[in-house]
Amino acid sequence: MPLADAVAEHVRDGDQLALEGFTHLIPFAAAHEILRQGRRELALVRMTPDVVYDQLIGMGCARQLTFSYGGNPGVGSLHRFRDAVEHGWPVELEVVEHSHAGLAAAYAAGAAHLPFGVLRGYEGTDLMSENDSVAAVESPFTGERVSAVKAINPDVAIIHAQHADRRGNVMLWGLAGVQKEAVLAAERALVTVEEVVGELEPRPHAVVLPAWVLNAIAVVPGGTWPSYADGYSARDNAFYAAWDEISRDRDRFAEWMREHVLEVG
Amino acid sequence: MTPEEVMTVMAARELENGQVVLVGVGPPNAAANLARRLHAPDCVLVYESGAIGAKPQHLPLSIGDDDLAATADELVSVPEMFGYWIGAGRIDVGFLGAAQIDRRGNINTTVIGAYDRPKVRLPGAGGAPEIAAAAKEVIVMLRHSPRAFVERLDFVTSLGRGGDAFTVITDLAVLRPGDDGELGLTAVHAGVEPEQVLAATGWPLRVREPLEVTEPPTAPELEELRALRARR
Repeated sequence: MPLADAVAEHVRDGDQLALEGFTHLIPFAAAHEILRQGRRELALVRMTPDVVYDQLIGMGCARQLTFSYGGNPGVGSLHRFRDAVEHGWPVELEVVEHSHAGLAAAYAAGAAHLPFGVLRGYEGTDLMSENDSVAAVESPFTGERVSAVKAINPDVAIIHAQHADRRGNVMLWGLAGVQKEAVLAAERALVTVEEVVGELEPRPHAVVLPAWVLNAIAVVPGGTWPSYADGYSARDNAFYAAWDEISRDRDRFAEWMREHVLEVG
Repeated sequence: MTPEEVMTVMAARELENGQVVLVGVGPPNAAANLARRLHAPDCVLVYESGAIGAKPQHLPLSIGDDDLAATADELVSVPEMFGYWIGAGRIDVGFLGAAQIDRRGNINTTVIGAYDRPKVRLPGAGGAPEIAAAAKEVIVMLRHSPRAFVERLDFVTSLGRGGDAFTVITDLAVLRPGDDGELGLTAVHAGVEPEQVLAATGWPLRVREPLEVTEPPTAPELEELRALRARR
């Protein structure tokens, strides 16, 4: 199905929305389609907001962000994210903040349809006091204190993968991040893919998501740029570095978004 | 020779061949890759993106660069990485960076100022709390300044610890916890006066006797580090 139709059908104003892909396979094209369709009041979830959520936040689409690392890896700050938290620009952004381990456990619990995940960590940190979805619990078996983290079950998950077959089964490979968990935790799941193939061929480290856990597939070659798809492209590190300057200034950012996102596609 | 080069070489020297090392972005990434090219070729580099045993040819910019996945012994999902590998205590040495650190070795990578309306919103926790808690040994790398070495953190992102398995390496010095868990100055880098370190620390820093002076980076160490950065 065309990406525009998939987004129109499955992404609604106010949704809790998870676009996953840990550095690799970030679904940028889907995010841009969401922007073009003018979705608002989104509760965004992503372990690493990355440039993709910097763009959504800077355009004022988000009311809330659940995350665990909000930097531009190896480069520095996400300036639009910072501007939203530090100055409420362009709109106020509520943050729900985890560690990577905590958010990964919350997704895994969501995928299992359990009420919470369990991990060590959080104990003694200020993360615990600032986040209502984290609590200390005691093991009923040993009495050990561990942290419970409330499951995350987004309204919609969107991921990018390399292959889909004609029956709608999807396969991704390389760094697999938390995409399987995000898809299985979500109410609805949308996948953009590089290519449709006759048969999914077994590969090392492949993750296969059967058609019956997915709601829509759109073929979008290169839909992960400036992130990358193992076997198709390399991470555009030069663009990630350039984003620092593009995003630093509100007007420069708005102009870039208009030229490269809003007036495209 | 830049202060960051000195810090990176000192951190690289802390690694022993064969250790399993959790590497983050920035200076720790350079330090671990430098060690692998020098005295510790069999170090297992683990990146929290899911790459175990990565052997990058150049310094990756992000922890999820394509080169890491392509050269890894194994790739795992993020929940598996934090559950089975990091959380379970399978990391020998974990590197951390910090915007602020206090005398107990607690670190802040979350905010400068008030949490609800911070002066500076930093990236946040990432993998740091679990690495700080579960790695057998922790090395914190940061530039030495009174703004970084503070009496009181604006936010406690990860906890420090006492004992031998905690080291802070800066561009000026090396700090380790004493018997009571408080960080003390154990070594200065060549050419650095202890007074400089005290002036760059926001609490009355204890100086341990005998205070050591680290060996300056050697020519081969610097050559390899510069070659590594040039290949980027």
